[in-house]
Amino acid sequence: MDPSLFFQQLANALSLGSLYSLIAIGYTMVYGILRLINFAHGDVFMLGAYMAFYAMTSLAMPWWLAFVLAIALTGLFGMLLERAAYRPLRDSPRISVMISAIGASFLIENLGVVVFGGRPKSFPSVPLFDTVVNLGSVSVLSVSLFIPVITFGILFVLLRVVNHTKTGMAMRAVSTDVEAARLMAIDVNKVISLTFGIGSLLAALGGIMWSMKYPQLNPLMGIMPGLKCFIAAVIGGIGNIFGAVLGGFLLGFIEIMVIAFLPALTGYRDALSFVLLILVLLVKPSGLLGKKQTVKV
Amino acid sequence: MKARNSILTAVAIAAAAGLLALADKNLGGFAMRILNLSAIYIVLALSLNLLNGFTGLFSLGYSGFMAVGAYVSALLTMSPEVKEMNFFLEPLVPWLQNFNLPFLVAIPIAGLCAAAVGLVIAAPVLRLRDDYLAIATLGFSEIIRVLITNAQSLTNGAQGLKNIPKTSTTWVVWGAAALAVLFMALLTRSSYGRTMKAVRDDEIAAEAMGVNVFRVKVVSFTASSFMAGVGGALLGHMITTIDPKMFTFMLTFNVLLIVVLGGNGSITGSVLSAIVVTLLMEAMRFLDGPLDLVFFKTEGLPGLRMVVFSLMLMIVVIFRQRGLMGDKELSWDRLAKAGLLPRGKKGGAA
Repeated sequence: MDPSLFFQQLANALSLGSLYSLIAIGYTMVYGILRLINFAHGDVFMLGAYMAFYAMTSLAMPWWLAFVLAIALTGLFGMLLERAAYRPLRDSPRISVMISAIGASFLIENLGVVVFGGRPKSFPSVPLFDTVVNLGSVSVLSVSLFIPVITFGILFVLLRVVNHTKTGMAMRAVSTDVEAARLMAIDVNKVISLTFGIGSLLAALGGIMWSMKYPQLNPLMGIMPGLKCFIAAVIGGIGNIFGAVLGGFLLGFIEIMVIAFLPALTGYRDALSFVLLILVLLVKPSGLLGKKQTVKV
Repeated sequence: MKARNSILTAVAIAAAAGLLALADKNLGGFAMRILNLSAIYIVLALSLNLLNGFTGLFSLGYSGFMAVGAYVSALLTMSPEVKEMNFFLEPLVPWLQNFNLPFLVAIPIAGLCAAAVGLVIAAPVLRLRDDYLAIATLGFSEIIRVLITNAQSLTNGAQGLKNIPKTSTTWVVWGAAALAVLFMALLTRSSYGRTMKAVRDDEIAAEAMGVNVFRVKVVSFTASSFMAGVGGALLGHMITTIDPKMFTFMLTFNVLLIVVLGGNGSITGSVLSAIVVTLLMEAMRFLDGPLDLVFFKTEGLPGLRMVVFSLMLMIVVIFRQRGLMGDKELSWDRLAKAGLLPRGKKGGAA
């Protein structure tokens, strides 16, 4: 393969990887606190993209206002979802919560089909993100350059929040031991709600970036990215923010590079991440950066 | 009491068979198809319940095993001419070209193939727990689906298979459903069934009592895969076309819905719920079409039906986790206790 093609693929992998990381962070934060796979995360991602779409087209807002509004509303929606679908099951077996999450995911998808219509919509172009940038022999959309910057910016802010603020301390406490955290006068429900809010904000941001990169919206668009980003979070070690970023990049790179070097495998692209997941789970179930968990009697 | 119950059971089975014969004669093709579909869903729901309700293994990879069963049995039973018609892009591999087995032989083979796949997957996957297990099984079923889509000369890829012999008659599917119920009933009463429940309720305690937890899980997983394969095969022979898109997570969701609504760990719950949900799914098709709601009219909202079903699932999980039956069974004794049986000699709620 000639070097310019390689660098082109590298640029693609970098932007896809950071997009995956962004969404995986949301998964990992929710899992870290609730020990729950938020199956609806991919659908929240879809909602974020659609809200931005409607704000820009139906309400004719400038793109930045539309993005902020969509992200904020999706964050609120995430909190609402937690309240309605997960909070009533706080003390139930994990399987019940997971079934509720699957139900919520299907509900949002099908509501999406009913409200937004099943036909794909094309995301309006934003000139700032939509210009082709040439770096030597590599040409990429400018959004692909913004995505890694945004992801690392967010990673930095999140790590500050989680490690150096009181709220972050409360989050870590709840994730370590809910009961003990409650005894320390931490409002557990508020912390969980906040975590869901942040996770959903990131999902919305990811959804908007995604639709600028692949400008076609449909109500089921969140399923595959949702699954893949969950896989990214598991590979990196679920519950660990760094792990999510690592897993996201790893998945993005492997996906792009395998197809680039072995085009015969193109049809297997979607299976690739699952194979990777199973390999990781077999070798190191707690993920690359995860802590080993023991079962207590 | 025992004698009364056996007599009642025999009468009920005879009545059900009679009703089926009557329905088979008098109902139109469409109505009969739905009735038969519910029989297939009984097989599927019981098989997922075996895993989910009786052994406590939450698997989301259900549709993958159905796909294996459906494809195997379709390929074994289609006549060489039909195969040639199907595989126009790339010819079918020669060794499958001339297989033309009778349907009733192909079905168990389909089940065995699905079970074999299940066994292979079980070894690595069953070391995982809870949500990891769920996501890994989901991963495997996606892998199976992608493999089927890409194995053009074996499965005809994305085009799928058409003109599968339509051999899932009323008696075949309801016979399969009856066998599934019988198998589950015998299993739950056996010591092996109790072992499974022990694993479900407390894995560590079961292990401490000397149960080989891993083996129990593998057996349950394999048996469930077998039933899923049979169910998938029956489904293929009923709708006569299959393609990889049919076997997505959506299908797993439908079966999961039935199991949860009926009650995790209840055989009769699964049976009742399979019938009710299948009928409801058809009855509510009007929701997807144009609606006239007195105040306003809609022009057809595809998806509304699934909204209702997802809501139903969530409401049941949140407000009545046990579903319709919990892990209890509908039995003659219970009916008698509820005063629903005529009090014969001394029977009833003694």
